[in-house]
Amino acid sequence: MLFWQILIDGFAISALYALGATGFTLIFGVSGVLNLSHGALMVAAVVAAWVAGGDLGVGSYLGATIGVLVGLALTMLTYFAVVRPLQLTRKIREQEKEIFILTATLLWGIMIQELIAYLYTNNAKTVLPIVEGVVMIAGVRTPANEIFTAVICWLVIGLLWLLVNRTRAGKAVLAASMNARGVTLLGIELSFVYVAVWAIYGVLVGIAGVLLGMFLGVSSYSVGPLTASAFSIVVLGGLGSVSGSLIAAYVVGYLETITAYLVSPAYRTIPALLLLVFVMYVRPRGLLGRR
Amino acid sequence: MKLTDWRIFRAPLMKASLFLGAAVAGLTAGSAAHAQGKDPIRIGVIAEAQSVAGSSIPLGAQLAADEINAAGGVDGRKIEIVSYDNHSSSAESVRAFQRAVNEDHVNAVIASYISEVVLALEPWAARLKTVMITPGAASDVITQNIAKDYEHNKYTFHGYLTSTSIAQLVCDAAKDLLVKDYKMKTAVIMSEDAAWTTPLDASYEKCLPEAGLKVLDHIRFSPDTTDFTPIFNKIEGEKPDVMITGISHVGTQPTVQWKSQQVPIPMLGVSSQATNSTFWKDTNGATEGVLFNAVSGPDVAVTPKSLPFVSAFQKRFGNFPSYAGYTSYDEVYYIADAIHRAGTTDSDKLVDALEKTDWVGTIGRIQFQGKDTPYPHALKIGEGTITGLMLQWQDGKQVNLWPREVANGKLKFPPFIKTN
Repeated sequence: MLFWQILIDGFAISALYALGATGFTLIFGVSGVLNLSHGALMVAAVVAAWVAGGDLGVGSYLGATIGVLVGLALTMLTYFAVVRPLQLTRKIREQEKEIFILTATLLWGIMIQELIAYLYTNNAKTVLPIVEGVVMIAGVRTPANEIFTAVICWLVIGLLWLLVNRTRAGKAVLAASMNARGVTLLGIELSFVYVAVWAIYGVLVGIAGVLLGMFLGVSSYSVGPLTASAFSIVVLGGLGSVSGSLIAAYVVGYLETITAYLVSPAYRTIPALLLLVFVMYVRPRGLLGRR
Repeated sequence: MKLTDWRIFRAPLMKASLFLGAAVAGLTAGSAAHAQGKDPIRIGVIAEAQSVAGSSIPLGAQLAADEINAAGGVDGRKIEIVSYDNHSSSAESVRAFQRAVNEDHVNAVIASYISEVVLALEPWAARLKTVMITPGAASDVITQNIAKDYEHNKYTFHGYLTSTSIAQLVCDAAKDLLVKDYKMKTAVIMSEDAAWTTPLDASYEKCLPEAGLKVLDHIRFSPDTTDFTPIFNKIEGEKPDVMITGISHVGTQPTVQWKSQQVPIPMLGVSSQATNSTFWKDTNGATEGVLFNAVSGPDVAVTPKSLPFVSAFQKRFGNFPSYAGYTSYDEVYYIADAIHRAGTTDSDKLVDALEKTDWVGTIGRIQFQGKDTPYPHALKIGEGTITGLMLQWQDGKQVNLWPREVANGKLKFPPFIKTN
């Protein structure tokens, strides 16, 4: 019984972590940007879906769609207003740009967080669930919403895999992550690739946020922890490696679930962080990192 | 903050500009006091403007001040509210307190609904010899500190119930509603790890068995918890009849997950966020059936002042006050009353006058416990003073079930709850 419970709960939460971390690692792999406003973008998507579903009363489907679209729009704004100007400027030396972008996205995330807290208070919000009720799986009363979350996560990850590996545009993205100069030599406009990757990331962030809002709920306080969890999963899996992130998401998700069930919910995140420190010692590039 | 709420700034802005004008005129004339007649009484309000519970604190205080001023003020002196946003931080609260006293020269401070913040301010109230009243913190340590060193800490007053008092009220309500009516026998205590829940849980452990509920387990979890599945599963495995809650920093998430996982055990106890009128919307209705302790409810006439206050608040600010809105409104009134009785704003004399407070407010009759009791400056509870309520969310509304004299509904559980 406990075994099944851990298996089912761990699977759903890991799927959500995987989806959240995939986009994060994708933009790092392709454009070298560590986006520290990641958590803020997710929370913004949740709050937008909550407002649409509650205040505007548009229902759960349209509410979720609006949440994803706001996540996408805000991600594109992050790229064009925060990241792109710093990448293009000549006032900052090339080797310093990475740290400037890191700081800028962190501040941008804090701005979004404070704005949300100011407009909608820092109390937690939840998104109107698309499916309700419970299903019995191997004797475990599982919310249908939890199954829905896991299915959508894997569906989206699957589509992303197809996009990257089976389409021409996707292959350009993959190529850009391996060798940016090589891609330009093949006559592909690199800036288009970046915009495409950020757009994909925006959709992933929006979907991950809205699903998290339905499954667990978030508040403006969640901004930091969400960024941190995506960051540690990505570092554990190897920066820039999508499959590494997927594996790491499951390692972290199950480690947390097992701790919560067998030790105490209060110590939930500790073993995963210890594992991260350990991996940094013995294998600094992460599980599947190339560098 | 919604668009409709911009009006809240109108009155303070107008007041501020009037005051500024008066001050400038006064400077040129030689003395501001002469120009205005008498100095205003200034009350500092330090609160959590970004949280639902905290944002009502300055609004409730402002409403009371405007009513008092409209009626002529206190012995001809107007009341002026100076408010500070502490961003839920103890450090910012201490800075705000210092500024309020040293630069803005306030005569008393109303501060915060978070126990940790109030505990950080308490020594500053002592050092700066300034009266401080909390409208919403609950830790017993606040008043225990006064008992330990009365001369030093006497400037602090506890304008909301202590955790021990709250636990007692919850146990009383559980006895009437669950043990008598539903023949419940067992309970699991579920509370967040925070300063205010330590005395709360200790009192629960003592008073629940007295009320007829055997405590099977006691689960404390981190206020950062987002996934409550393991907690609910553990509790369900122990098969209690009810979960007795002690939650304030968390609220939306456990409630929503309780509903989506259809945990078949009712929740009763303290759930501060559930006292907010917006809680139904925050949880998308998942709060249906949640039972929570409160000192007031939107449609409950605890005293003849309760309902007029709620409608005035709603008319002016467009939403219902949180529990700390009621208490901060009352606090401005009884501070004003104490200043009137003392005939001065001198802190030591104000403390003496406040100790003799006997004021019917919106949450009951306000009297403080004496300096020789274990909890000096805590509110007296029980019949004749403050009894508290036990409300339940039903179909988008907070319905009061207990005490039965002021009840306006009957206990009802959602279909997934199993009762024997």
